[in-house]
Amino acid sequence: MNGETAAAADPAWRARLAAVPPRTLAARFLIGLVLAFVAAWVGYKAAGNPRTFVIVGLNGLTLAGLYFVVASGFTLIFGLMRVVNMAHGSLYMLAGFFALELQKRLSGDGGSGFGSSSTVGDWVIPLVVACLGVAVIGLVMQQVFLRWNQGQDLRQALITIAISIIIADQALAHFGGIAEEIAAPDVFPDSVALRIYGLTYPFFRIFVLLVAIAVGLALWAMIKRTRFGMIVRAGVDDRQMVSALGINIQLVFAGAFFLGALLAGLGGVLGGTMISVNKGNDTTYLLFSLIVVIIGGMGSLAGAAIGALALGLVDAFGDVYLPEGYTNYSVLLIFGLLVLVLAVRPLGLFGRPA
Amino acid sequence: MIRPAPLVERALWWGPGLAIVLVLLFAPLLFTDFYLSAVITKALWLGIAAASLIFLAGYVGMISLGQVALYGVAGFTMANLVAADGGSPIAWNPWLGALVGILACTGVGLFFGAIASRSYGIYFLMITLAFAVIASLFFGQVTQLSGFGGVNNVDRPDIVSNPVTDPANLFYIALGAAAAVYLLIRYLGRTPFGLALQGIRDDPSRMRALGYNVPLLRMLAFGLGALIAALAGILSVWWNTRISPGSIDLARTLDVLIIAVIGGLYRLEGAWVGAIVFTVLDNWTRGLDVVGGRFNTVIGVIFLAIVLLSPGGLMGIWQSITDFAGRRLAGTDSAAPRPVGEKAHPS
Repeated sequence: MNGETAAAADPAWRARLAAVPPRTLAARFLIGLVLAFVAAWVGYKAAGNPRTFVIVGLNGLTLAGLYFVVASGFTLIFGLMRVVNMAHGSLYMLAGFFALELQKRLSGDGGSGFGSSSTVGDWVIPLVVACLGVAVIGLVMQQVFLRWNQGQDLRQALITIAISIIIADQALAHFGGIAEEIAAPDVFPDSVALRIYGLTYPFFRIFVLLVAIAVGLALWAMIKRTRFGMIVRAGVDDRQMVSALGINIQLVFAGAFFLGALLAGLGGVLGGTMISVNKGNDTTYLLFSLIVVIIGGMGSLAGAAIGALALGLVDAFGDVYLPEGYTNYSVLLIFGLLVLVLAVRPLGLFGRPA
Repeated sequence: MIRPAPLVERALWWGPGLAIVLVLLFAPLLFTDFYLSAVITKALWLGIAAASLIFLAGYVGMISLGQVALYGVAGFTMANLVAADGGSPIAWNPWLGALVGILACTGVGLFFGAIASRSYGIYFLMITLAFAVIASLFFGQVTQLSGFGGVNNVDRPDIVSNPVTDPANLFYIALGAAAAVYLLIRYLGRTPFGLALQGIRDDPSRMRALGYNVPLLRMLAFGLGALIAALAGILSVWWNTRISPGSIDLARTLDVLIIAVIGGLYRLEGAWVGAIVFTVLDNWTRGLDVVGGRFNTVIGVIFLAIVLLSPGGLMGIWQSITDFAGRRLAGTDSAAPRPVGEKAHPS
């Protein structure tokens, strides 16, 4: 930080460069090298088979959309309350189970296997009910267990871990361990033509991407333009001052937790329709949420978008573009991504000290 | 001002401690083979894993969820190097395999410590959790090293014998390892290195101002935590005779966290107290119909209750009892000096 103030006085880039510690410089150089190599490798592969590139790229983008919806709820809760909600993945998983169960009851056919479709109502009603259901669970969790432990971030994290263990065990007992898919509404076409290379792509994945963009814009507008958003931003900076100004910060906390859990639920139903509803989803999506916010920086919406994009693309391309025989090492790429970001910015790309 | 702890208070610590040591020394004579192996030996190696967590949490202020992943690195390295079903076809001497496993785990720990040691508090916890889940996914996917089924029938040194039919040897090995880990951490707490770590736990900025290389010390501490976790990993493979991604997944990671929290996150003894409570409960609920065999729900509720009601865990409760008894009987109202490694106000 000292280097930056010293360099501000001297516009010459040479002086600025000299102000950067050699270790940081070396790290930046190394990261530039890694990024250049990755870009060259992806470019080489893309030139060889552009059709695969387009499809895998879209897979990455749509996954990123799903990750963003889930992680935005996680980062919203942390940003305002400094609560790391370790049960976020559990809420995601529960929403999937709720929606699946309700859809089965509504359509009355007992089983909606992979690839089947439902009426609009049989998809929308479970969506709404599941989202509201987990949002209420999140709210109750916050009011009963977290509210009176404010400021003790470790204790709160442990409480949410305990809740996630109980939820995982009970979900296994009630819903079983078989992966199933929520049937998409039948008004959606199965796939859309892409107009390039004559490719088609599953429509629902595009829909998820559009929902993610809408969610991102709505959250951004809410935080930047509404009174609630203004209070949230003020609360992030100084919650005691906000409360001293006569604003009921507890109400804002409750609202933010409700919204964060709701987003986990929305992600759960979208992901359950796009991929599957599975008992292991709580771990997987907690991991994804953690990685997205570790990369992007805790509490930052833009960071969540960048983090989700990075994770989605690395996830999708890693499975396909690694050299023959090494594709099962793709999880190492995600680890590498994490290491790369943490080596330069321990608080994430958009993170700032609490 | 440090006053000598009153006799009663000391007796309340030393009495049960000595009793436990005596029971442990003669445990093979007192318990059935099944109980010795399935409950006590298991508690000893789980306790070592929890001790590595408590060492990092209590002495350095780093709550790490990566300890199970690290012991997995040790376990998988050893399982791949010695003769076994699955994994790589190399067949080294079991002792050499164990040694290399421990070294590999320490190396990974130092590397990971170098990355994560600049993050503090809840960030550190999140980063280590991400590391833990990634490690379990890695071993699940990479069939050359493990794959989903894991590595089975891992070759053990002759002295370990069969952990089911003849559990006494492995029990004494685990007991020795646990005692060594306990004494090592207690000793380290009094060395300049250990004192510097405790300084970092309490105030990293001040330690930096005093000229300590805080990230380096935190990295070394994490490496040491990995070394301790590696012992637990080797013992767990000897005990299970196998290792799979399921033995290091999120549930197992949380088991070790639960053990540490139930025992007491800021007292080293808590590691083994928590572990024995955990394994006894595990063993007991399996045969119980009331909860439908849902051990995880039971342990989750206990964990929640401990976190909500007694953040110091069982050792914290015992501490309050001895403090109270000491004050009552000695007639003073000054607080007892807290043992090294315990945080006065756990955050």
